[in-house]
Amino acid sequence: MSRLRASLTPYALLFPGTLWLAIFFVIPTVVMLSLSLQSGDVVNGYAFTFNWHSYVDGISTYHDQIIRSLVYGLASTLIQIVIGFPVAYWIAFKGGSRKSVYLFMLLLPFLVSFVLRTISWQFFLSDNGLLLGPLKSAGLVPQDFHILATSAAVIGGLAYNFLPFMILPMYVALERIDPRVLEAAQDLYASKAQTFLRVVLPLSLPGVFAGVLMTFVPATSDYVNASVLGGTSNTMVGNVIQNQFLINQDYPTASALSFTLMALLLVGIFAYARALGTEDVLEVAAR
Amino acid sequence: MTDIQAGPGAAVAAPGSVSVPAIELDNVVKEYTSHGEVVRAVKGVSLAIAEGEFFSLLGPSGCGKTTSMRMIAGFEDPTQGVVRLHGEDVTHVPPNKRDINMVFQSYALFPHMNVWDNVAFGLRRKKVPDAEITRRVGEILEVVDLTGREKRRPKEMSGGQQQRVALARALVNRPRALLLDEPLGALDLKLRQAMQIELKRIQREVGITFVYVTHDQSEALTMSDRIAVMNDGLVEQLAEPREIYERPASKFVAGFIGTSNLFSGTVQQVSGDTAVLALGPSDRILVPADGALSTGQAVDLTVRPEKIKLAKEQPEGDLSVVRGTVAEVVYLGTYNSYVVVLGDGAEITVFEQNANDSTITAERGDEVWLSWQPWHSYALR
Repeated sequence: MSRLRASLTPYALLFPGTLWLAIFFVIPTVVMLSLSLQSGDVVNGYAFTFNWHSYVDGISTYHDQIIRSLVYGLASTLIQIVIGFPVAYWIAFKGGSRKSVYLFMLLLPFLVSFVLRTISWQFFLSDNGLLLGPLKSAGLVPQDFHILATSAAVIGGLAYNFLPFMILPMYVALERIDPRVLEAAQDLYASKAQTFLRVVLPLSLPGVFAGVLMTFVPATSDYVNASVLGGTSNTMVGNVIQNQFLINQDYPTASALSFTLMALLLVGIFAYARALGTEDVLEVAAR
Repeated sequence: MTDIQAGPGAAVAAPGSVSVPAIELDNVVKEYTSHGEVVRAVKGVSLAIAEGEFFSLLGPSGCGKTTSMRMIAGFEDPTQGVVRLHGEDVTHVPPNKRDINMVFQSYALFPHMNVWDNVAFGLRRKKVPDAEITRRVGEILEVVDLTGREKRRPKEMSGGQQQRVALARALVNRPRALLLDEPLGALDLKLRQAMQIELKRIQREVGITFVYVTHDQSEALTMSDRIAVMNDGLVEQLAEPREIYERPASKFVAGFIGTSNLFSGTVQQVSGDTAVLALGPSDRILVPADGALSTGQAVDLTVRPEKIKLAKEQPEGDLSVVRGTVAEVVYLGTYNSYVVVLGDGAEITVFEQNANDSTITAERGDEVWLSWQPWHSYALR
């Protein structure tokens, strides 16, 4: 009896998670897949026709937005690495006994709603707002200068909104580096720069890898930043999907675009993992 | 780094020695500020370690031995004093510019590199030609018996193997001195004993000065040419292992090295070479007077447990003799350990070799006589 129970225990423990995945991931995915292959319109209803035209039409109509999403996602991710790495490094190695205070300060703004934070940036950056108003009246920037409705505003918003998800995994990887390993590098004739390049950087890669996964994917599929901070020339594929679903109620096109984005992201992640050599990276991470 | 300059202080610090010491600490002090309070980790340590010597820094945790070693390595800047390597003042030279290497506690191997890359790290930083790196790394891996495991990652290896990688990684650079910070601390007893012999062999083979930090007195006694026993930021005694064991310089050294029995008393009389201390009606302790003890003088002395004989009858002859009751008998295989309580409540430990048979001489509660030769009493200054 007890042996039977022991062999069933893992399945019992897996059950809640499996149920969760089934309800909130597998079923919606299957429903979306079926939607993307239906034809019809919102008035007469949709019927399953196993027709790929939604994919063909969706991609040919919205390829600009799809490419723009990937570019914005990539750009914001790179900015986050550049800004986030020094912050993570500083907290991990120079934070001393106040590390958790700094981490808390980092997370504090993110206790406010995502949309609200983005709107406050819109408020701050608006054409005659807190930042540009005084600059314009002082004559430091031209009257027609604007930040909102530019690619820079959307990329900046994306970089800002996902920054903690980049910093935290990098911090964890850096914080786990044994200071004696750094001393060992120094003892073996490495200068400060060599110690960083040969030891700190490779050991932090699993954190960077995790950070990129956690920020590139949501940034690429985001639509809030583009709709709040961007203009008509900055729409991302997320905005298109939102419009097709909620306004045009063209469910097949919206679903087809969602799947296209998902496929692109998966291919991107695997290519990235392959290029970085995840096995090595994850091996170090699992140390 | 490569040319040896005999600084003006070198000759002063090692008078009479022909060669310049490999490592010299000259009145070195290290202070930290912790929570606004100044902590003196090292309170003025001076020592000179000779070329090719196996030198141990021994003491309990917090005695300043690791801090002293880290000042030799360059990881700590002394608050005061001078550090010299082969006569050259290196007090403020960073570790990557010092021609010495360190084997870290828990090894500090580079987890993202395999064995070969770990060992080659120092040579690559020194821009040694590739062909020579290949040859030297191969050679040293043979010395530490790791040939064939070049591609392993540290985490795929046992503690003992990691230990040998750490050793190879330091030795491959042919440093002028090797510092070892509790290198065997993480190994189990059997492996530790095997590695002690191994380390000693390697040291003889490569002929490099070893500075060994440990809190394990038996490890220090086994391997060292000389030992500096440290306590509370100061060197209590610096001598050869036998000297430290047989003639401890202080109560601390006597207590820290091995087991010892401490007695305090007043000299009753001095007859010839021997001073007599009376403890009780039938108890007396004889100490070599060495011309230093006189009647009425208070003396602390120490006796090693293996020097004491335990008997049921009063022994004859010019011996130190005390009476007591057996409180504890422990059978330890090669010897029995007794705890005997004296009339004044002092507890005395006695080791009795199981030389002839394994029968135990006395049992708990027995009244016994303890005796030892006068020269086995060692008066502490």
